[in-house]
Amino acid sequence: MGLTHIIDRRLNGKNKSAVNRERFLRRYREHIKKAVSDAVGKRSITDIDRGESISIPSKDLDEPVFHSGQGGVRETVNPGNKEFSTGDHLERPPGGQGGQGSGQGEASDSGEGIDEFVFQISQDEFLDFMFEDLELPNLVKKQLKDTTTFKYVRAGYSNQGNPAKINIVRSLQKAYGRRLALTGKKRESIKELELKLIALEASPDNHAEEIKTLKEDIEQLKNRIKKIPWIDEFDLKFNQHIKQAVPSTSAVMFCLMDVSGSMSQMHKDIAKRFYILLYLFLKRNYKKIDVVFIRHHTSAKEVDEQEFFYSRETGGTIVSSALKLMDDIIKQRYPAADWNIYAAQASDGDNWNDDSPLCSKLLRQSILPQVQYYSYIEITKLEHQSLWHEYVSLSADFPDSFSIQNISDDSEIYPVFRKLFARKGTHNE
Amino acid sequence: MNSQNMSKKDKNNYISSGSEWSFELIEKYDEAIAKIAKEYKLDTYRNQIEIISSEQMLDAYSSVGMPLGYHHWSFGKQFLNSERNYKRGQMGLAYEIVINSDPCIAYLMEENTMMMQALVLAHAAYGHNSFFKGNYLFTTWTDASAIIDYLLFAKNYISKCEERHGIDEVEKILDSCHSLMNYGVDRYKRPAPISAEEESKRQAEREHYMQQQVNELWRTIPINPDSQSEILTTRFPDEPQENLLYFIEKNAPLLEPWQREVIRIVRKIAQYFYPQRQTQVMNEGWATFWHYTIMNTLYDRKLVDDGFIMEFLTSHTAVTYQPPFDSKWYSGINPYTLGFAMYQDIRRICESPTEEDKQWFPDIAGSDWLETLHFAMRNFKDESFILQYLSPKVIRDLKLFSIKDDDQKDHYEITGIHNENSYRYVREQLSQQYNLSMKEPNIQVWDVDLRGDRSLTLRHIPNQRVPLADSTEDVLKHVHRLWGFDVHLFSVDDGETVAQYHCPPIKTEEPSE
Repeated sequence: MGLTHIIDRRLNGKNKSAVNRERFLRRYREHIKKAVSDAVGKRSITDIDRGESISIPSKDLDEPVFHSGQGGVRETVNPGNKEFSTGDHLERPPGGQGGQGSGQGEASDSGEGIDEFVFQISQDEFLDFMFEDLELPNLVKKQLKDTTTFKYVRAGYSNQGNPAKINIVRSLQKAYGRRLALTGKKRESIKELELKLIALEASPDNHAEEIKTLKEDIEQLKNRIKKIPWIDEFDLKFNQHIKQAVPSTSAVMFCLMDVSGSMSQMHKDIAKRFYILLYLFLKRNYKKIDVVFIRHHTSAKEVDEQEFFYSRETGGTIVSSALKLMDDIIKQRYPAADWNIYAAQASDGDNWNDDSPLCSKLLRQSILPQVQYYSYIEITKLEHQSLWHEYVSLSADFPDSFSIQNISDDSEIYPVFRKLFARKGTHNE
Repeated sequence: MNSQNMSKKDKNNYISSGSEWSFELIEKYDEAIAKIAKEYKLDTYRNQIEIISSEQMLDAYSSVGMPLGYHHWSFGKQFLNSERNYKRGQMGLAYEIVINSDPCIAYLMEENTMMMQALVLAHAAYGHNSFFKGNYLFTTWTDASAIIDYLLFAKNYISKCEERHGIDEVEKILDSCHSLMNYGVDRYKRPAPISAEEESKRQAEREHYMQQQVNELWRTIPINPDSQSEILTTRFPDEPQENLLYFIEKNAPLLEPWQREVIRIVRKIAQYFYPQRQTQVMNEGWATFWHYTIMNTLYDRKLVDDGFIMEFLTSHTAVTYQPPFDSKWYSGINPYTLGFAMYQDIRRICESPTEEDKQWFPDIAGSDWLETLHFAMRNFKDESFILQYLSPKVIRDLKLFSIKDDDQKDHYEITGIHNENSYRYVREQLSQQYNLSMKEPNIQVWDVDLRGDRSLTLRHIPNQRVPLADSTEDVLKHVHRLWGFDVHLFSVDDGETVAQYHCPPIKTEEPSE
């Protein structure tokens, strides 16, 4: 018998099972992906960003072993006999298993669903499954270049530094304090001597000799005070700056939507879901995301989210107005050098015919060269119109940063979204 | 009341009061318990007590008590399952997990009260620990000083395999091995002790050698016609083999060396847990007997107060509660209850034997109880322990009865109760209930078609006509994956084939039930 060793393990990681849990999710990823995909289809838009309860048929995750089935002769010993005597015959309960149940039963009799294995996945895992295989086009470009940049921020004062960083107020404060401290005693003596001097001078007797020495003493003390340096090297205080990482991976997402009379609420809902997916996706890749909502009919306007989705407008459609506005906003607030720019445009395809070439020109000349990605979704079941055809020709010239897709109903959003942002590798094949 | 307390305080030397625990208090209790344990001759490995949180306890659950295990999805499944049950409040967590290793690792949960920590110390760190060190099955089958190292070896080896061959490939082999894990034990041969260092060293050699052996067996050299007839009549293996995993590891034609090593790892771990499966009643009973005895001794010596012992008795009673067969809480015999009752009874028989005891247990009635108890702990497993020591008194106390369910009759029959005529019968029946080879279907390797289609034939020998369950086909798929060629399984009762299973399934002969 030896010493007992007591160890506090509470601070060790508690996620010892994380890998095994991950293995489990991996093995049943097809089940989970389907459940997630179903959930995305069903969930309301404000609700997309949370975990999900996944249910898998138990039989699919069975670990079979050899065990005994029903039948044959079984004899078991049980406790708690009340009235049985040896030789008693008991009615067999209908369909019942006698004594100790044999093996793992298939059905549960307690009402608890045993045929479904239910577990939770977290919000992060939910989104991971949702975004699986996805990658923003050209994302790598910016990320490799500047994952972290630094800026200097004030962080108090230090005793060392270069002259350019001297903090004058702090330095003088320090010097003044030092001077006060070093001269205190001497000034007190001066005061005393001066009082004596006044007393002597006021007295009727002749004290010329004493007055002279007093004056000399006072003079001497004053000289000594003067010799204390007005400012010394160790009075100097410097502003201190430290490096701080700033999230340079910031993105701006432009949502452009046609709100002309031809766009119904159904169209808008589809568009909205698309934007939400895009937003969530960006949120996972960038630390900071600005969203700019631009709605347009014949003229464009920057609005807030509420107004973007829910206020009603009527009138014709001039798409280029929105593109112009977007271009202006980029120039003013989101220079392409500092921002990753993404744009998603939703429309029913309606445009004033003469405007479509203008749109194409705007995109080609000023917008597309600046953005990481521009996606256009057309929500229609009808024939494509001039805007679509103009855009098709654009997508040939900007295969990496421009894509167009057609969505005709709710359930197509997710697949289309996936297609739009499909991994480059598979995309190119 | 107050004054009484005051006067008591002068005489007592309570280790603690209140339910808060601290590391110092745990140390003090451990000291006191160790002292008592020594007086009772409990011989233990060194103890390593680890305080963990409830989340960590959930982790420990899902790795089936292995302090470090290789990665596998089934452990993740178990974790998700216990996590859900725990969060829903359907399951409380065990207060303690103890590992058969040297030093003996016991986990204490931080949520426990001081009393619980002391109880767990007595139960696990001195009860289970001395059982691990003393019981013959454990000393024969496991090497406590090597298990942690071996598990580490296994974990690293399997990780390496995953890097080299991909997670999916390794997972497949592990799935198949797990399904045969209960058939990975030599029941009669003393296995070689496992040691990690050696294991790593020898592993490479073994890979080479093993493959050679297998190749030898499967060499297809033309055989001269004279000896052919002889070969046809001899079976391979000569004797039926009960260790399926071992047989496959050594003889499966197509497995790669790393796959054989993975089989071996699962086999070794199965072997490590084998004694625990055979000594549930004895092991839990022993630990329960000692926590009961030690806690009472603490109380007798005035080291703990009334509140402490009352709280203890509440827990103890809950742990040893046996619901009757007709209760909705009934799920078989509670090993804590049965084991505790039997050890208590052995002590009673030694200390104050009745006439009945003298008749039933002439050897131990009136003997030194401590010595008798230690002997009983060391030299038995559940099956033989019950057969040897279950007394009429315990049968009466628990009101045990045996019941027979014959599917050819339309009623159950009561075959024995707690009376003079059937004590022996009930005892034998209960002993059989703990016989692992009765609990698990008896399946052995019967034959391999060495010169033909290389198919593997297994034989199931039904006990009391009990057939195999529906899962059999699925298990055969796993056997098939490991073996690489056709696998057949015949249930042969008294020389007559009563059922057969094939993988891949044979379409022509529909097995009629």
